[in-house]
Amino acid sequence: MLLIYCPYCEEERSELEFRHGGDAHIARPTNIADITDEEFEAFFFLRDNPKGLIFERWRHVHGCGRFFNAARDTVSDKFFASYKAGEPKPDLPGISPATEKTVETYEATEGTAK
Amino acid sequence: MSGANRIAGQGRLTPARTARFSFDGKNYEALEGDTVASALLANGVHLVGRSFKYHRPRGIVSAGPEEPNALIDVARDAARRQPNVRAPVQEVFDGLKATSQNRWPSLSFDVGGFNNLLSPFFAAGFYYKTFMWPKAAWEKVYEPVIRRAAGLGTAPTEEDPDHYANRYATCDVLVVGAGVAGLSAALSAAATGARVILCDEQPEVGGALHYDRSVTVDGKDGFAWAQAAAAGLAAMENVTVLTRTTAFGYYNHNFVGLVERVTDHVARPDKKSPRERLWQVRAKRVILATGAIERHMVFGNNDRPGIMLASAARTYLNHFGVAVGKKVAVYTANDSAYEAAFDLKRAGVQIAAIIDSRAKPGDAVVNEARSHGIEVLTGHSVIDTKGHRRVSSIIVCRNGGGGKRTIAVDALLTSAGWTPSVHLFSQSRGKVAYNTETGQFLPGTYAQDCLSVGACNGTGSLQATIEEALAAGELMARATGNEGGAKVEVRAENAFEWTGGMAGAAEGAGADTNVKAFIDFQNDVCAKDIRLAVREGMHSIEHIKRFTTNGMATDQGKLSNLHGLAIAAETLGREIPKVGLTTFRAPYTPVTFGTIINHSRGDLFDPARKTPMHAWEEAHGAIFEDVGNWKRAWYYPRAGETMHEAVDRECKTVREAAGVFDASTLGKIEVVGPDAAEFLNLMYTNAWDTLKPGRCRYGIMLREDGFVYDDGVVGRIAEDRFHVTTTTGGAPRVMNHMEDYLQTEFPHLKVWLTSTTEQWAVIAVQGPKAREIIAPLVEGIDISNEAFPHMSVREGSICGVPTRLFRMSFTGEAGYEVNVPADYGQAVWEAIWARAEALGACAYGTEAMHVLRAEKGYIIVGQDTDGTVTPFDAGLAWAVSKKKTDFVGIRGLKRPDLVKEGRKQLVGLKTKDPKVVLEEGAQIVADPNQPVPMKMIGHVTSAYWSENCGQSIAFALVEGGQSRMGQTLYVPMPDRTIAVEVTDMVFIDKEGVRLNG
Repeated sequence: MLLIYCPYCEEERSELEFRHGGDAHIARPTNIADITDEEFEAFFFLRDNPKGLIFERWRHVHGCGRFFNAARDTVSDKFFASYKAGEPKPDLPGISPATEKTVETYEATEGTAK
Repeated sequence: MSGANRIAGQGRLTPARTARFSFDGKNYEALEGDTVASALLANGVHLVGRSFKYHRPRGIVSAGPEEPNALIDVARDAARRQPNVRAPVQEVFDGLKATSQNRWPSLSFDVGGFNNLLSPFFAAGFYYKTFMWPKAAWEKVYEPVIRRAAGLGTAPTEEDPDHYANRYATCDVLVVGAGVAGLSAALSAAATGARVILCDEQPEVGGALHYDRSVTVDGKDGFAWAQAAAAGLAAMENVTVLTRTTAFGYYNHNFVGLVERVTDHVARPDKKSPRERLWQVRAKRVILATGAIERHMVFGNNDRPGIMLASAARTYLNHFGVAVGKKVAVYTANDSAYEAAFDLKRAGVQIAAIIDSRAKPGDAVVNEARSHGIEVLTGHSVIDTKGHRRVSSIIVCRNGGGGKRTIAVDALLTSAGWTPSVHLFSQSRGKVAYNTETGQFLPGTYAQDCLSVGACNGTGSLQATIEEALAAGELMARATGNEGGAKVEVRAENAFEWTGGMAGAAEGAGADTNVKAFIDFQNDVCAKDIRLAVREGMHSIEHIKRFTTNGMATDQGKLSNLHGLAIAAETLGREIPKVGLTTFRAPYTPVTFGTIINHSRGDLFDPARKTPMHAWEEAHGAIFEDVGNWKRAWYYPRAGETMHEAVDRECKTVREAAGVFDASTLGKIEVVGPDAAEFLNLMYTNAWDTLKPGRCRYGIMLREDGFVYDDGVVGRIAEDRFHVTTTTGGAPRVMNHMEDYLQTEFPHLKVWLTSTTEQWAVIAVQGPKAREIIAPLVEGIDISNEAFPHMSVREGSICGVPTRLFRMSFTGEAGYEVNVPADYGQAVWEAIWARAEALGACAYGTEAMHVLRAEKGYIIVGQDTDGTVTPFDAGLAWAVSKKKTDFVGIRGLKRPDLVKEGRKQLVGLKTKDPKVVLEEGAQIVADPNQPVPMKMIGHVTSAYWSENCGQSIAFALVEGGQSRMGQTLYVPMPDRTIAVEVTDMVFIDKEGVRLNG
C-alpha cells in the first residue's frame, strides 16, 4: 500500500484515502466544440503507458477531497513529488524521463523469464 | 516420561507439565511447549504423512516453518479444523486432535501408494500430456478423478466460528526476526529512543539459539541471553515485542503485513480473544534479520521417514529433549552438521558415521569428531537408503565408485548448506545478487528503506553478525531522527566457524542415473524431473518451475528452489546466476483466509444503507431489494399475494387513487454559488441559466465522449442555489465527476458542491389524489395546479417541518416529492400515510415504480442505457441545447460514429400476443427464418407486464429504431420465437393530461 503526500493537507497519508485519476497535465481545450477528430482523439483517447516517470492525478477523496498531481516511477512506485492542481510540472533533477514507451508484459517486468 | 525418546536432562521443557493429544486417533503424551512434531518424535512416530503424487511414506524433515513434508490436519472441534498445518509449527495443547493427510484407508497402508509403482508414468508434465484428449473429458472425468486422488488435506465444511482482529501500527524501526541478529538490532535501535517493533514467528525468541547450544552471549547461555534481552526490550515503553508473529508480506513504501497467532497454542482460549491478529505495519525503516534455512542433500530415496535436516535434529534434542534416533548417521557437505553429531553423541546417542561428500572438510570439526570417536567418511556419499516406514539402513559409496557398504541406522541427518532467507527482501523489490564464493543469493540492490543483517545477508560469523546488526539498528534509528542513548555492546562466542555447502544433486543422483532423488518433497519433484524439463525444451527457470511444479507447493520451495536451480544450470551448461532465480512472493508462509478477511464477513462484509423510513417499511411487510448498498422496499405484498399480484395492485392503485413511495436513496447534490448556473450549463446538456427560481428541469449529463452518464431532475431554489438529483447508484461518481471538472478544468467558477443524499428524506406522493393527500399537511406553499404546476419547487413546511416540496413525477401521474430533513422522514411519512391510507392510496415499491415509469416512457440510466448510448439514441434530443458553445460531451457527440445512420435507438415494443412478457436482455432479429448465426439488430432493455395497459410492454435498443415504427420484429427464445411490434415509448397518457392535472 502506497504512502502518498497530499500537497493540500501537507502530510503523507495511506493510499486507502486516495483515488487515482489518470494522467495529469492534459488540458481540456477551451474551444473543444471546434477541434478536429484527430485533436479530439489525441486529447481524449491516446495515453502513454510509460515505464518509469509518470505525471498523474490523484484525489484525496477520503480526506480533503482535493485533486492534485504527483510524479511517480511506474516501476518502483516511488513518488518524486506531489503538487497542487494547476501548478506546472516540477523540476526533478536527476530523474530521467521514461525512455521505454510501454510496459510490455508481465515477463518484462519480472525480468528473468526471457 | 512423555515419550520413550525423551532424554532426561536434555532440552528446555519442564518434564512435569504434560499435555495429551491424539494423532490418527491414538493418544500420546507431550510436554507443554512441544510442537506436534517434537511430541511425535518423542513417542517414536516418524511416519506422519503420504506424499502428494506418489503417496510415499513421509516423516518430519525440519523443525520450523520451512517444513515440506509433515503436513497434518489439526482440530479443536468439528468447526475448528485446519488442514495442511506444519507439524513443527503447531504447538501441542491439551486435547489437540491431529490427523494425517493424503492417505486411504490408513497411514501405514495406503492404496494410493501404487502410484509409486507406476511412477515411470508420472514424470514431470504427465498431466499436461496425458489428459489432453478428448478435450471434453477433462472437465467431467479427468479433473474430478485427479482432484480426488491428489490434493493436500480437505477443507472444513462448517463455518469458522472464530474471530480475527486487525490492527494498524506505525514505528520508526521494524525488526523482522528475533535471533541473535534481530535482537542485537532491536537493542541498539531501542536504545536511541526509537519506536521499535520486533517480531518473530516462533513462540520464543532466539532463532538459531534454539538448536545451537555452543553459543554464549555476554557470558550467558545463548538462549537464556535471548530471553532476557527480549524481556528487557518488552519492558521498554518504545518497544513492542511480538512472538508467534510472522512477517508474511513486504509491500510498497515499507508497509509490512504481520500475522500474530493468538490462541492456536492454547487449550481453552478466551472466547474474547481473536484467533489471529493481522498487523498492518507502516515502518519508517525495516531491518530484516530473517536468518537462513538449511538445505537437505539430494540423493536416491532421500525422502524416507527418519531422514531429516541436521539442524532440526539439534533443535529436537537441545530444545525439546528428544533424540530423533538411537543409531544416527550424518550426511553432509558442510561443517554445521557435524555439531548435530556432537550434541547427540554427548546425549548418549550412537553415531553410526559422518559421511561428508567433500574430500576436505573443516579441520576443526573433523578433529572434534575424531576425539568423540565418531567415524568420518570424507569423499563419500550416501547413494541409497532402505526401510519402508522409516529408514533402516543407508548405502554408502566412495565418490567415483568403490568402497560400497551398508550401514544400519534409524535416522539420517543431512545438510547441504544454508540458504539465506531473502524472501522479504525480494518482496520489497530488492534485487538479489549471486555470490559465487558461497553459492548464495544475497541482498544486492535495495529498493526500499531497509537493511538485511546476519545470516539472511550472508554474514557468517557470530560476532560479525552482532556488529552488523548493532550498527544497522543504530543507523536506522538515527535516520528516523532519534538522538538518545549510548552505544550497545554484545559479545558472543561459539564453538566452530562453518564452511562448505553445495546445491544440486549429490554423487549417485547425477545426470546418468534414474534414482528418485527428491528436491521438492511436497510436490514430489526429483532431480531427474528438472533434467527432463530441460530436455523437453524449458530453458527459463520460470518455465522449468511450472513444468515440474518445483517450489510451487505450500512451502514455496524453501528447501528445494536452489537445488532445482543448480540442477537446471548444470543441465543447461550455464552458470547459476545466468539461469536466474524465480520470484519470491507473499505470503512467506501460508496465511489463513480468516486473517485476511478479518472482520469483513457476515453483516460486516459491506455496510447496509437504510433510509429513514426503513423501519416503517419493514413493519408494513415490505420485501427489500439491494440497490448498491441500499436496502430499498421492492413491493408490499398483502396476505396471500404473489409478487406479481402485489405489483399489479400497486400500479393500478397509483393510477386510480395514489401511491406513496420512498425515494430517499436518490443522489442529491447542493450546487451553490454565483456561478452555479454557468457550472451546470457545462455539466449538463441542457441550459440552466434560463431556468427560473422555483422551477425544475430534467437534465442529462454526458461523459466527454458523448455517452449518457447520468440523469435527474434539478430544481432551482434561488438564483445561486440548485438542488440536483442523480440516480441512486450514480450519486458518488456524479459528485466526483463534478468535483473533478470544478477543481481542475473550471477552477475560476465560484461554486460549492455538497452531497446531501443522506440529509434529505424523500417521500414521493403520486396519483390523482396526491394533492388531496398532502394539502392539509403543507403550510406556506400554494399547491394549486395554477400556482404550483408540474416541474416546480417551493420551500415551506409540512407537518411543521421545513420542506423542499417538488411538483414532479416519475410515474406520469400528478405528483409531489416531499424532501424533509432525514431525521423527520419517518414522522412525516407516517402523517402522509395516515391520509393516504384513508383515501385508498397504497405504499408502492421499486418494482411498481419501474413499471409505472416504463408505461410513461421514462428511461433508467444504466438499465436502458449502457455507456454506449447518446441522448439522440435515447430519444432525448430535446434535452440537448443547440445554443450552448460548451458542455461536457459536446465534442464527443459529433464524433463520426455517433452521428452516422443506423445507430441503435431506444424504442418501445409491444408483443403481438399481449400476454407474453419479454425477457430483458433478449436479442432481436428482423427475419426469424434466416440461417444461424442470425444478424442481431438489438436487444430488450426493459420488459414488464403492465396491468394498466392490459398487456406486456418493453423498451429495446434497435438499429435504426426510430425509422422502424410499426414494423414487426422477432425475439428468438430457446423454446419459441416471439413477434413484436415497434412502437413509441409512451404507452399511457401521451398527451400528459394526468401529469399536469
